[in-house]
Amino acid sequence: MAIYALWVINKAGGLVYQRNFADGLAQLTSNEYLVLAGTLHGIHAITSRLSPTGSSSGAQVIESESFKMTIHLTATGTKFVLLTSLAETTAESVLLKVYEAYADAVMKNPFHTPEMPIRTEGFDLRITSIIGTGHT
Amino acid sequence: MAYAVPHPRLSVLSTSSLPQSAADHSSPTNSSTRFSLASAPSLSTTLVTSSKPAQRPNIYDRNLNKTRLTEVSASAFAFLFSEIVQYTQKCVSGINDLERRLNTLGYRIGTRVLELMLYRQESSSKAPKREIKLLPVLMLIHSQVWKAVFGKPADAIEKSVENADEYMIIDNDPPIERHISVPRDMSQLSCSSFTAGIVEAVLDGLGFPARVTAHNTPTTQHPTRTTILIKLEKMVLEREELLK
Repeated sequence: MAIYALWVINKAGGLVYQRNFADGLAQLTSNEYLVLAGTLHGIHAITSRLSPTGSSSGAQVIESESFKMTIHLTATGTKFVLLTSLAETTAESVLLKVYEAYADAVMKNPFHTPEMPIRTEGFDLRITSIIGTGHT
Repeated sequence: MAYAVPHPRLSVLSTSSLPQSAADHSSPTNSSTRFSLASAPSLSTTLVTSSKPAQRPNIYDRNLNKTRLTEVSASAFAFLFSEIVQYTQKCVSGINDLERRLNTLGYRIGTRVLELMLYRQESSSKAPKREIKLLPVLMLIHSQVWKAVFGKPADAIEKSVENADEYMIIDNDPPIERHISVPRDMSQLSCSSFTAGIVEAVLDGLGFPARVTAHNTPTTQHPTRTTILIKLEKMVLEREELLK
């Protein structure tokens, strides 16, 4: 079981935080990460309209043969995305802890501009203590 | 009108933005002007039916000990303080200016903290007293003021070895900085200047004028460790000598 990467996507579809943990995914350039995040944002918007049973908040888990993508959408439109191995079962609870760290270390920090890339030392420290090296 | 011009400490922040009339200032206990419904006719129709204006709680009539043990949400304060710093940052040109402004805001709180704290402590005692010696005053700040403001005593109090007029109060994890990460290009900034202002006001109010500043002194164990540096004025030390 492993956690590969964490993304935070703002409500406009911009990637504001990206960090890799365990090895297992191809390394990409920062531009490619931005494109992927924007694509995911679009796909997520489409999935929220596709539900056959009425209103939906959009995709929550996307699984492939080699990894699993868990998406947590907040009430304000920020998306937390965790890329994990298929066997990983803690993704949802990790994302909730990440959301809490984001609310504490990012939103309460006067030197952070909302919707802009997160360059907050306190957030990095909190994420390290939550996820560590990504191996569980 | 000896006091027509407010103390420079209190006038740094413009009061022109406050929509209060001079009459409000002269009669702060008259709550009817503040909560008057007559001036807001659009609201009066809905509000008058639910509660009469005369029954509105008046903060000035409330017992001061009522809120002694109640607590304030740390999250709400963190958001408020974050906005204060952001707003202040828009009005200043440099880090020194920002620290001075935060210090001034803290000073306004410190004067009130001292008054309220002493009232709560001494009003019930049979022999109310006032500290006139330096060391008891510093201990009072270290334990009582910190407890009244942050809910816990400070972690250490030290005397400078180099300068006789300098004392330091150390907090390993200041609650107001818990969620603040200062960017690298501003690493000199300590948001605890706000706390320094509170300390300065308390010292001033007790008759120990001093210059108080805040400095980051991180250790590996306590990354947000902060030192509040107190530089006493000469007259305080001279008076201490006489009191011996």
